[in-house]
Amino acid sequence: MTELLVGTRKGLFVLEATPGSDFEIVARAFEGEPVDYAMREPHSGRLFAAVTSPFWGPRIWYTDGPPDGDWQSADGVLLPRGGDTALKRIWVIVASDDGTRMWAGGDPGVLFESRDNGTSWELNRALFEHPTRERWKPDSGGLSVHSIAPWPGDPDRLALAISAAGIWLTDDGGRTWRHGNEGIVAEYLPEQARGTAIDLCVHHIERAQGRPERLFMQFHGGVYRSDDAGETWVDIAAGLPSNFGFPVVLDPDDPDSAYVIPVSTRDRVTPDGRVLVWETRDAGATWIARGSGLPDRDAYLQILRQSFDRGGAGDELELYFGATSGEIFGSRDVGRTWFGVATRLPAIASVRVGR
Amino acid sequence: MMSGNRRRTSRDRMLADMATVRLRGQLEKLAGGGSEHEVQGTTVTELLKELEATHGALEGWILDERGVLRRHINVFVNGELAEPNTAVSAGDKIEILPAISGG
Repeated sequence: MTELLVGTRKGLFVLEATPGSDFEIVARAFEGEPVDYAMREPHSGRLFAAVTSPFWGPRIWYTDGPPDGDWQSADGVLLPRGGDTALKRIWVIVASDDGTRMWAGGDPGVLFESRDNGTSWELNRALFEHPTRERWKPDSGGLSVHSIAPWPGDPDRLALAISAAGIWLTDDGGRTWRHGNEGIVAEYLPEQARGTAIDLCVHHIERAQGRPERLFMQFHGGVYRSDDAGETWVDIAAGLPSNFGFPVVLDPDDPDSAYVIPVSTRDRVTPDGRVLVWETRDAGATWIARGSGLPDRDAYLQILRQSFDRGGAGDELELYFGATSGEIFGSRDVGRTWFGVATRLPAIASVRVGR
Repeated sequence: MMSGNRRRTSRDRMLADMATVRLRGQLEKLAGGGSEHEVQGTTVTELLKELEATHGALEGWILDERGVLRRHINVFVNGELAEPNTAVSAGDKIEILPAISGG
């Protein structure tokens, strides 16, 4: 059985399918409210949803029961009282591979950590009070910690991506942070400014599980790979129809693998009305288009950074992505062929494989 | 010896200085289940801060971390839409409701 957790502008949708069968909507939660992200912690099975209520503000909710049952509001998902900044949104929730920690990233460029399976959270003060913060700039979606890449087996080592404040690295559990921006070329800045710029609009990063010093990045104009744990980056976009896009997905069994969905630089939708997922199996040296079963005409999809995920690995790799048009597409054969998972959902903000 | 008239205690005086805040739905649950709460404060913001201080689970729901009333929350004082600095007097009836918004 595959479970998809779909965060939309109008609530959480949970879809399920057994191998070979169609997906069905089996539960809804937070009807009418924007669910920006939802995930299932793999060790405990606890479900999490990041909900930005237009009335009550952003919260993390969790449940140990069915998704259409009662949810609890997690404690501590707030910025310091009495300051001049308020939390605007939670963008991502990630669990360490050993189940001991969780992290949540949000706007304005903040990181929370939990050591009790997401029941309570604590703001990372070192990042919140970083002396360079006044130079961080939001992109059109805000100032967001949207990607958190823990190191397998060592939860003290993290890489973060912030739009638009670049890559941040810690080796001491978040007590200190440093940049990892070398090699990233921000084409949207004057050449003279590129060397020292920190307003780098990273769209997404993912860490290769079998080779954790390797990360892949979709940038705001560029696709990059790092082989030194995020310290330096090389451009691997040659061969793609566009170097613009948002999500990246990796096959956990193959550290040379990455999947991206290029969109047009000009309008940020699938180019020429055709939907294609591009795959590399040689760390970005070459790319191959995977589009069998995907719309090949009149499809101008907007696919957000949290709306592409995978289940399984290797020969059993499944891939799923959703669009703001409310459509979800999936592949059960490592991207070779695709099928429609759902249509006519509200605008999709995130797609995660729950289990 | 007790007189015929009950002596006005400090608690009575405090209650007399208080406004009544009515909560519904999620806010009512967060405040422990009671819909009406006696809260002290001279302005809407002051009163809401006191409400949060008394019921910690409400922290961040009505006022954000800056102490600013959330954008789509309406506060009514005796049925009139109020501003954060609207004066509140003892005995006033306060209602906190989501605004009409959507899309």
